[in-house]
Amino acid sequence: MIRHHLTDDLLMAYSAGTLPEAFSLIVATHVSLCDDCRARLEAYDAVGGSLLDQLLPQVSMAPDALAATMQKIAMSDAEDARASPPRPAHRVFPEPLYGYVGGDLDHVRWRAVGGGVRQAILNTSSEASARLLYIPGGVAVPDHGHHGMELTLVLQGAFRDEHDRFGPGDIEIATEETQHTPVAEPGLDCICLAVTDAPLKFSGLLPRLAQPFLRI
Amino acid sequence: MTRTHAEPDWVADLKLVAASQDAAAFARLFAHFAPRVKAFLMKSGADEAMAEECAQDVMATVWRKAALFDPSRASASTWIFTIARNRRIDMLRRQRRPEPEDLTWGPEAEPDQLDTLSLQQETRRLTQALETLPEKQRVLIERAYFGDLSHSEIAEATGLPLGTIKSRIRIALDRLRHAMSHESIPK
Repeated sequence: MIRHHLTDDLLMAYSAGTLPEAFSLIVATHVSLCDDCRARLEAYDAVGGSLLDQLLPQVSMAPDALAATMQKIAMSDAEDARASPPRPAHRVFPEPLYGYVGGDLDHVRWRAVGGGVRQAILNTSSEASARLLYIPGGVAVPDHGHHGMELTLVLQGAFRDEHDRFGPGDIEIATEETQHTPVAEPGLDCICLAVTDAPLKFSGLLPRLAQPFLRI
Repeated sequence: MTRTHAEPDWVADLKLVAASQDAAAFARLFAHFAPRVKAFLMKSGADEAMAEECAQDVMATVWRKAALFDPSRASASTWIFTIARNRRIDMLRRQRRPEPEDLTWGPEAEPDQLDTLSLQQETRRLTQALETLPEKQRVLIERAYFGDLSHSEIAEATGLPLGTIKSRIRIALDRLRHAMSHESIPK
């Protein structure tokens, strides 16, 4: 049961297509798991559809546009034949994330960042960054505040901070004001997708020294 | 039904394209949507030549993907908007667009007729509601969808009356999930 959802501004910006790639990835991944947010997103898409329909085109298409389009269709029919490879039935990563990792959990190239915590940075455009976090059950992520916005989506296990509990599918939205210490619940190791639009600032000395190496 | 007789049935035309590659139905869709998609791309910052090229690409995608269109969850203009938006991200920002996992009807299942009618009706209501918004708010929403607002500015454009269309889509999603979970069970 998902209790922590996406905000309206994130859903609308995703629908409008103006989010940085890393944020689009986490929105698409949460929506893959959450039908409530999918319904809200598709409602925002309907706003875009209405605007498109009401646009009074002051421009017209080129005279041969329809014929040119039919030609494109004829030429692309061959390409469509290659289907995407089948996906395993049970996997931790929903489709959008699976695509970025190039596989499921067993394909992640983790790097240790101390205290048993591991991370893997995903390849997105540079305006924002996305990484997978692996936090062993019972272990804390170093205490950190945020320069910008940080979204954390739980894919497996659960974590708690001073404010709440976040289980599979839940998304935590942390802003400049949020100062917290997430701790993975004992039991199943916690795997999260975390996205931020600015480098994290750690409060302890050691993590701060490590920051340039971690690229976070 | 508030539908007027003059209003073309885009859902039926998309079904014709999907089922029988109907060129006449596609030509009707093209005449209505292609110039709108082109105008949308130009308002989003594309020059005319690029917008023309991309509008043709978008309509080619409409042809190829017509079978994936689910009229119980989206109107034709909504679905075409999402294709045009993705093409715009690809064209202007040269970025990948992560999309949610597909939820599609199995080969045997069909979207419920009533769900489809209600969704199309809700979409018309939403369009009317947008038309009657105060000018200032309407302009803000247009700017958001033409890619002209940052994420933080977009927060001011939310708070639209989306409750009814959202609950229609939710009902369609529940029905789809139900159909998917029964797909593998022999009858």
